[in-house]
Amino acid sequence: MTAQQMTGAQMVVQSLIDQGVDTVFGYPGGAVLPIYDEIFQQQSIKHILVRHEQAATHAAEGYARSTGKPGVVLVTSGPGATNAVTGITDALMDSIPMIVLTGQVPTFMIGSDAFQEADTVGITRPCTKMNWLVKETDELSSTIHEAFHIATSGRPGPVLVDIPKDVQFASGTYTPPNKADLGHYTPKIKGDIDEITRLVEAMETAERPVFYTGGGVINSGTAASQLLREFVKETNFPITSTLMGLGAYPASGENWLGMLGMHGLYEANWAMHDCDLMINIGARFDDRITGRLDAFSPGSKKAHVDIDPSSINKVVKTDFPIIGDIAHVLEDMLRVWKARGRKTNKAALQKWWAQIDDWRKIRCLDFKNSKTTIKPQYALQRLEALTKHRKDRFVTTEVGQHQMWAAQYLGFDDPHHWMTSGGLGTMGYGFPASVGVQVAHPDALVINVAGEASWLMNMQEMGTAMQYKLPVKQFILNNERLGMVRQWQELLHGERYSSSWSESLPDFVKLAEAFGAKGILCSDPADLDDAIMEMLNYDGPVLFDCLVEKHENCFPMIPSGKAHNEMLMGDAETQGAIDAKGSVLV
Amino acid sequence: MSPLNIKSGATSHSAYNLRPVFSDTRETHTLAVVVDNESGVLARVIGLFSGRGYNIESLTVAEVDAEGHRSRITVVTTGTPQVIEQIKAQLDRMVPVYEVHDLTVEGPAVERELALFKVVCKGEHRVEALRMADIFRANVVDSTLESFVFEITGTSEKVAAFGDLMRPLGLVEIARTGIAALSRGA
Repeated sequence: MTAQQMTGAQMVVQSLIDQGVDTVFGYPGGAVLPIYDEIFQQQSIKHILVRHEQAATHAAEGYARSTGKPGVVLVTSGPGATNAVTGITDALMDSIPMIVLTGQVPTFMIGSDAFQEADTVGITRPCTKMNWLVKETDELSSTIHEAFHIATSGRPGPVLVDIPKDVQFASGTYTPPNKADLGHYTPKIKGDIDEITRLVEAMETAERPVFYTGGGVINSGTAASQLLREFVKETNFPITSTLMGLGAYPASGENWLGMLGMHGLYEANWAMHDCDLMINIGARFDDRITGRLDAFSPGSKKAHVDIDPSSINKVVKTDFPIIGDIAHVLEDMLRVWKARGRKTNKAALQKWWAQIDDWRKIRCLDFKNSKTTIKPQYALQRLEALTKHRKDRFVTTEVGQHQMWAAQYLGFDDPHHWMTSGGLGTMGYGFPASVGVQVAHPDALVINVAGEASWLMNMQEMGTAMQYKLPVKQFILNNERLGMVRQWQELLHGERYSSSWSESLPDFVKLAEAFGAKGILCSDPADLDDAIMEMLNYDGPVLFDCLVEKHENCFPMIPSGKAHNEMLMGDAETQGAIDAKGSVLV
Repeated sequence: MSPLNIKSGATSHSAYNLRPVFSDTRETHTLAVVVDNESGVLARVIGLFSGRGYNIESLTVAEVDAEGHRSRITVVTTGTPQVIEQIKAQLDRMVPVYEVHDLTVEGPAVERELALFKVVCKGEHRVEALRMADIFRANVVDSTLESFVFEITGTSEKVAAFGDLMRPLGLVEIARTGIAALSRGA
């Protein structure tokens, strides 16, 4: 290919095309006008105009998480970039591949406190995997290709390329991806075979093993999920997963224990506590998972498979550390295990499963239903019953109680169908993420399970959903409270409900109608099924205002400073007491 | 009172009462970090230390390979063994980092520091300062009738010891480079 001369702005578009990008989420402004001018003059890339730069980043996350491809964001300098910081940090915490392109004031004005100038690379240095300020047009395309390489290889994450306006206007030589200098970043993909063999040996004799899997399995691609399923089936080991890893192993699978952690299932947390071999695959011993560290699974040997060496031994000491890509490591593990004769400790496993079945009998997700008020758990059970047959169902969530209930009551049988803000816990994530998912999957059923407070944080995206005819279903469990904050205040702060209720809420039906969307209000459990069906059958964005029990708490719950075996369980009696007391106070 | 029976004592009011269970003996390590010499790389490394709460006792940085655009950062840090391992892993995964060497554990290493001491003194103190400088093999790099600037190279301990001796003689200002270090042998 001969060297091509073009402007920096043309290079941006050409680089994106050459990287196979079909969608960019963005918002224009002074410092990116040359790039927007180029976007206007081409057909290959679809630009989705969001209503706030934060939403562009979450939409790109939703796009990335649901497709396995990197999400691309284009915003202007100064406030455009600073508004994107929350979503960039969210992507860093959850290892989502994302390329953020920001405009910058011209190079000769940098440092002069120019209009809409911000030190974007300085501000985003701690929240990106890597970032660059490009000062030469000749280096622009190469830098963008390197950015894609770094965002998508190793542990994925967000990267940012800051492009001054004069660099966009100036002409230079375009470097195609195959000619670009991608630097020396080459993460280790294959796990150490000796360590893998040691782990397989331990698996052969383990009496109480458990797979503990996380978002790394999803990031590694569908092959990783398939290998995991095969391994679980062949070994008959129980499996639990973090919030980020739901769907890697099917919720309908026989060995599935449900999610673990602070609001994880009773059987999952007990299995973690009592196991003698914990096989962590692509999870990171997050504090929401481990509970009190000195009482975390005290009797077990721990294996940890992770592509990021810094995850190993970060918080929990690992007996079998394996650094590598999940799919590659699982393939090797399976191969070694098969070659050694497919051995497991069947007698002990049988006893282990009997113990797990006893834990399952607790039925930790049972709740006291009501004939007069919609319980949030009931709402999600009905949503699940009416949508689980749809293979093309994608679910996003906001952050809080509804998120935990969604993780508990909705079942995911495939990876890439569940998008939630795990590490950063960003309220306002779900709605724009659902927009990004729907853009990537125009005909799919995309539902955002939300709380009313979270949803309001990025409600402006109703405009985006309407403009691009994205039939996203906003399923709001409206308890007129910041439910999780309220729950903590009840349990840990003497029931002093400081600023945790939502006052002056809008009429969500009218709000939907103001944007030209459909609003549905439901407050009677008897009407719920019909209302959900009305939502599902409507061709367009729906705002579903589901008025639910205001003082419901999310259980099981591992309180702070407690271990897995010290879970609080939902107690219908106690909850009645809370309702009475709570309503006096609020 | 909470209507739910959370036992007192074990429960704190924080969601983060999760103290790690690793050893708490603190060690000092000298790390050599080879990085791309590009804008912002030092800020990136320092930001890692401040952002994750690691200590920097001393830090030196300079380009060591002009053709390959590589700089060498020598950083002396303290922490528990687990924290030291984390620092190395966190540094190693940074995109502009080529290699991380822990000179404290990778066999013997030489560590040197250069320091400049300004001593303002007269009479007997001038003679004593020069005598001490001779013993410590410090060079006089500037002198006036009232002052000397001494240049000394050596381990941090030697530099510190020289400073302690100069203080009663009229030490007024110190500039230290921080440690540069290389492993011994081929």
